Amino acid sequence: MRINIHGRWVLLPMVCLLVATLGLIGCNGNTSVAVGGSTTVQPLTEKWRDAYEANHEDIDVTVEGGGSTAGVAGVSDGRFDIGAISRDLKSSEKEQWPELVDHAVAYDGVAIVVHPSNPNGITDITLEEIANIFEQGSTSTWTVVSREEGSGTRETFENRVMGDMEIASSAEFQTSNGAIKQKVANTENAIGYLSLGYVDDSVQAITVDGIECAIATVQDSSYPIARILYLVTWNEPEGEIKDFIDFAKSSEGQQIVEDEGYIAII
Amino acid sequence: MHISRHFVDRVVKHIMLALATLSLLILVLIALYIFREAWPAFKELGLSVFDDKWYPSREAYGIMTMIVGTIVSTTLALFFAVPLSIGCALFLAEVAPPQVAQVARPAVELLVGIPSVVYGMVGVVFLSPIIADISGQGSGSSVLAAGIVLAIMILPTVTSISEDGLRAVPRAYKDASLALGATRWQTIWHVLLPAARSSIVAAVILGLGRAIGETMAMMMVIGNSPQFPHSIFDSARTLTGNIAAEIAHATGLHADVLWACGALLFIMVLGLNTLGILAYRGKIGLPWSRGKSAKGRVS
Repeated sequence: MRINIHGRWVLLPMVCLLVATLGLIGCNGNTSVAVGGSTTVQPLTEKWRDAYEANHEDIDVTVEGGGSTAGVAGVSDGRFDIGAISRDLKSSEKEQWPELVDHAVAYDGVAIVVHPSNPNGITDITLEEIANIFEQGSTSTWTVVSREEGSGTRETFENRVMGDMEIASSAEFQTSNGAIKQKVANTENAIGYLSLGYVDDSVQAITVDGIECAIATVQDSSYPIARILYLVTWNEPEGEIKDFIDFAKSSEGQQIVEDEGYIAII
Repeated sequence: MHISRHFVDRVVKHIMLALATLSLLILVLIALYIFREAWPAFKELGLSVFDDKWYPSREAYGIMTMIVGTIVSTTLALFFAVPLSIGCALFLAEVAPPQVAQVARPAVELLVGIPSVVYGMVGVVFLSPIIADISGQGSGSSVLAAGIVLAIMILPTVTSISEDGLRAVPRAYKDASLALGATRWQTIWHVLLPAARSSIVAAVILGLGRAIGETMAMMMVIGNSPQFPHSIFDSARTLTGNIAAEIAHATGLHADVLWACGALLFIMVLGLNTLGILAYRGKIGLPWSRGKSAKGRVS
């Protein structure tokens, strides 16, 4: 590895870049709202941000992923103004940080998905059968795909489906809804679980106890693997933070929820 | 004039010293920080950190499967990369016409510059389906896929250090061997490789260090299952992948154990790099040392 670079030709552009970067940071006097957490809620927060910023040019909303637990931790240590979580606040979290306040902004179903070709020929499944498949792990019949520890989608799945049973270590673990969908779409005998908002033609959602995962069945709580998506704040929100959450709950914000394939709370 | 010139010299020397000390200090601080964060895990769990069950939400914190996953995937990577790299280095240093080498060498070194996520993507889209077809099971996420992707990633490191070593062998050795009637191949096998062995060993060890630390591409192709792989078609999880997948969600003891994984990686990579540097300086030279016949130690 012989790299010969003459000092000044590197230094000059670097200094320019540095000055430009500092300039950009310095010039921006807008108020900012930092939102972060669940990757399930992220598509929503991104759309809310776009719509909200269109009407509030003096406010910058930044959106980050990281997962539900990161969202809660981020609000607690001040990194985020608003945390996004795709599960209920845990009792341990409420105990540790009593100042946390949650605001329900959408419902979501967790769909059980298989490859479109569905070689195992299953179109309906019971909760117990799902739990058995995930406890057994990947076999020649199934390639089990799951989210990683700490994911809100996984926690909903474990609470509603697995109970005391454990997801086998031979399952494949992917770290986002997108990665799960991609894996299931490309593996013939795969089975996984996916936030309803991510379900599309590349995978096939199967009915659970005869009930399809859909907006109506989640709203009337007949579909068993469902959850509430929250935005979490430190104490009751004020100012632009409150404004943003109110926007998310408004009819315009809830329209975005429906457009993204999630379920409105009204 | 005289004094001021020497004065500038001295000032520059001290600035350099300060910078060198600073980077060393940063390294020491990082190391201290990692071990401080990892300590509670060892204090709390003792040796059960090395159990083989990983299920943090059910209070199982064993990282043995990840240690094995790391070792298996890097060993596979070496298995593919070492013959290929040494062959490539020999080709570039000895066989290739200069014009060809001039194109091929930068091309190999260019592989270093490709971001690891791109390797991962190629692995997921291209390699995994092929492996799934061959094995007839699962999604193709496997230690084999991980080993192949890693091998390509460390290829340039191992190749270019080995090649430097081969080029440093004094011309006289080669000439003498050829003059004695040895063929080109005999010269390469009996003279050049033994003479360059410390560089080659160093190259392999440094490549290994790089392979152990690789994260993103690994996570994408290995499947991240915290289990012992029973065949090369099974999926596994590496220490790095474990940290990257879960650190965002981890709190309390779970986070401490992830730091412990980090500390373990730090020790492994530090150890390997030290070995690599020692080998490069000719302090240790392992294969091909046949008594006193190969004296061409390169330093």
